[in-house]
Amino acid sequence: MKQSRRNFIRTSAIGGVALAAPSLIGSVARAQDGPIKLGSLHDLAGPLAATGEPMVYAIMLAVEEINAAGGLLGREVELINYDTQSNIQLYSQFAQQLAVRDKVDVIHGGITSASREAIRPIFSRFRTLYFYNTLYEGGVCDRNTFNTGTTPAQTVEKLVPHAMNLWGKKAYIIAADYNYGQITAKWMRKYVEDNGGEVASIDFFPLDVTNFGPSISRIQAAEPDLLLSAMVGGNHTAFYRQWAAAGLKDEIPIASTTFGLVNEPATLEDAESTGVLGSYGYFEELDTPASLAFVKAIKDRHGAQTPYVSELAAASYEGVHLWAEGVRQAGPVDRMDVIEALDTGLSFDGPSGSELIAPKTHHVTRNTFLAEVENRAWNVLETFEQQQPLDTAAVCDLEANPNDTTHYIIDI
Amino acid sequence: MDIAIIVGLDVVSGIASLVLISAGLAVIFGMMKIINLAHGEFLMLGAYATVLSVSAGVNIWFAMLVIAPVFVGLVGVVVERCLIRFLYGRLVDSMLATWGLSLVIVGGTTMIFGNTIVGVSSPLGGFQVGAYQSSLYTPFLALMALLLMLIVYGVMRYTRAGLIARAVMQNPGMAATLGVNPARVYMATFGIGAAMSGLAGGLLAPIAGVVPTMGAAFIAKAFITVVGGGTSILWGLISASGLFGFINQIAAFLTTPVFGEVILFIAAVILIRMLPTGISGRFFKGRL
Repeated sequence: MKQSRRNFIRTSAIGGVALAAPSLIGSVARAQDGPIKLGSLHDLAGPLAATGEPMVYAIMLAVEEINAAGGLLGREVELINYDTQSNIQLYSQFAQQLAVRDKVDVIHGGITSASREAIRPIFSRFRTLYFYNTLYEGGVCDRNTFNTGTTPAQTVEKLVPHAMNLWGKKAYIIAADYNYGQITAKWMRKYVEDNGGEVASIDFFPLDVTNFGPSISRIQAAEPDLLLSAMVGGNHTAFYRQWAAAGLKDEIPIASTTFGLVNEPATLEDAESTGVLGSYGYFEELDTPASLAFVKAIKDRHGAQTPYVSELAAASYEGVHLWAEGVRQAGPVDRMDVIEALDTGLSFDGPSGSELIAPKTHHVTRNTFLAEVENRAWNVLETFEQQQPLDTAAVCDLEANPNDTTHYIIDI
Repeated sequence: MDIAIIVGLDVVSGIASLVLISAGLAVIFGMMKIINLAHGEFLMLGAYATVLSVSAGVNIWFAMLVIAPVFVGLVGVVVERCLIRFLYGRLVDSMLATWGLSLVIVGGTTMIFGNTIVGVSSPLGGFQVGAYQSSLYTPFLALMALLLMLIVYGVMRYTRAGLIARAVMQNPGMAATLGVNPARVYMATFGIGAAMSGLAGGLLAPIAGVVPTMGAAFIAKAFITVVGGGTSILWGLISASGLFGFINQIAAFLTTPVFGEVILFIAAVILIRMLPTGISGRFFKGRL
């Protein structure tokens, strides 16, 4: 990312201010042992605020439910949330603070893969249990880390063949220029080639690109049948706008692993978004009783301005409940006891359906869904029951190598 | 051949958008030597004014071309009266103050409207060049940039207000002796600069991701353009926009968007190293 003078000043000064003013959400201890502490690191300001907000809402809801049911092991759960303000430096700083000063029992958090890779080693070093609840590129193999979001084998593997059947064999890939986009683009290429297609080109975009004119011309020059997108953030939303403005939306259709994860269908006009395909581990539009209750609980608490409740929120909610289940099974809140309890293959029935922890990879086997944007909302087309995290399972076996902490990157 | 036309259009649009996003900053910096770090937020306010007016049922052209600049212009006047006028001649203080202002504007906008807002789609359709398609909005942006430059030139060159503005710009003390009130000229200049930023924000609304933090994506380019152009408002802006817009768009087309940005910044560094006072400091000295 470019470092403008202002960004630099902003970053350094926010760092100073934020140290003095962490936001504490939570309740006061009442049990004799004091509360069980759950740390949370999410962006509530800056470009990723719209992403972080529903995740924190979901965690607050899960904690509230656990406490309403009498807490864990007779102790209350206290939520300590730090706003990382879309700033990786603050992630590292608050991660240390949570682990060392607040001495929390578990941390749920991290949004971008860049932020996860900044804090994951810190939690290994300070031996603090970590849950990463975001869909991501797969490959994290770490006994101390549990990943409840979907990975490409669960979603991209469904999305790409479906899109190719509909539209054709020649794909053009566009992706955000950081580890998530880079690695997801590799997975897209793999699935396109596995299904007998070809990739015309892969273009990466820094997160602050706003003018997509030349790239749109490049894509047209390549004459693809479909566009696969892993674009991220508010600035990249402009791509879909400029794509539609050039009249290309109906010429070259789009399937995406990120579109609609935050607020794209809500921000864009109907004409700019209808027909985009996406595949995630959860959609707000799912009409199962568990999903309806979950969405209603969040919207009741946060009103009309509640952002879209996506897989990120659902996985955060399910992540907290899975952890709570681990604590209940473990007895004391000791880190290794909880990990071992979770490794027995615990499961939780959340808004997206049943989620089962895979002990070898610390990822989850879960339902995934394929959907299409229609009238600025998702229309769920297909459900894939109990998809395993096969991508990570191919490279990671924590039962055989419990000391592994690698983030494996697909090699193709 | 078709691709050449399309890429040519991309270049024109790149230059036009640089002219638009930098014009307000150039006026305020060129005339008042104030570095307005809230410039990106003025763009954002223009985009928000447009989007909110359109969703309230206002005609999109009226929202973009009238409401956005008038609203942000008024914001600019208020900001000048309450903040900037105490800081003339204090470059570092004014940077700090406007940076603080930018945080307040982003925070306030997020509080009032949330992180998500329904955007407006581009009002003009697309058109065909051989096998390629492009948006009619692109030539429209170029036309608006050209018009804006013509208006600035006309006002500065041929009107009494322009004459006074140029006089204050050259020597505020002497202008004051001759009966001009520099404080009022500065207020008006800041307001007009802000209005130009508002106009740019309004024009970008249909093709940008409209979020409270969108200003940050534009401000670096606006600053590079203004610094590269130097203090001459018009020629500095046009020459720097032309150069950087051309380099950026061609590089992005021939290589990748990543290298497009890298090459642009390398070019800017070389330019400023060779011409420390900007293009206009060397070639258009003393001109508008």
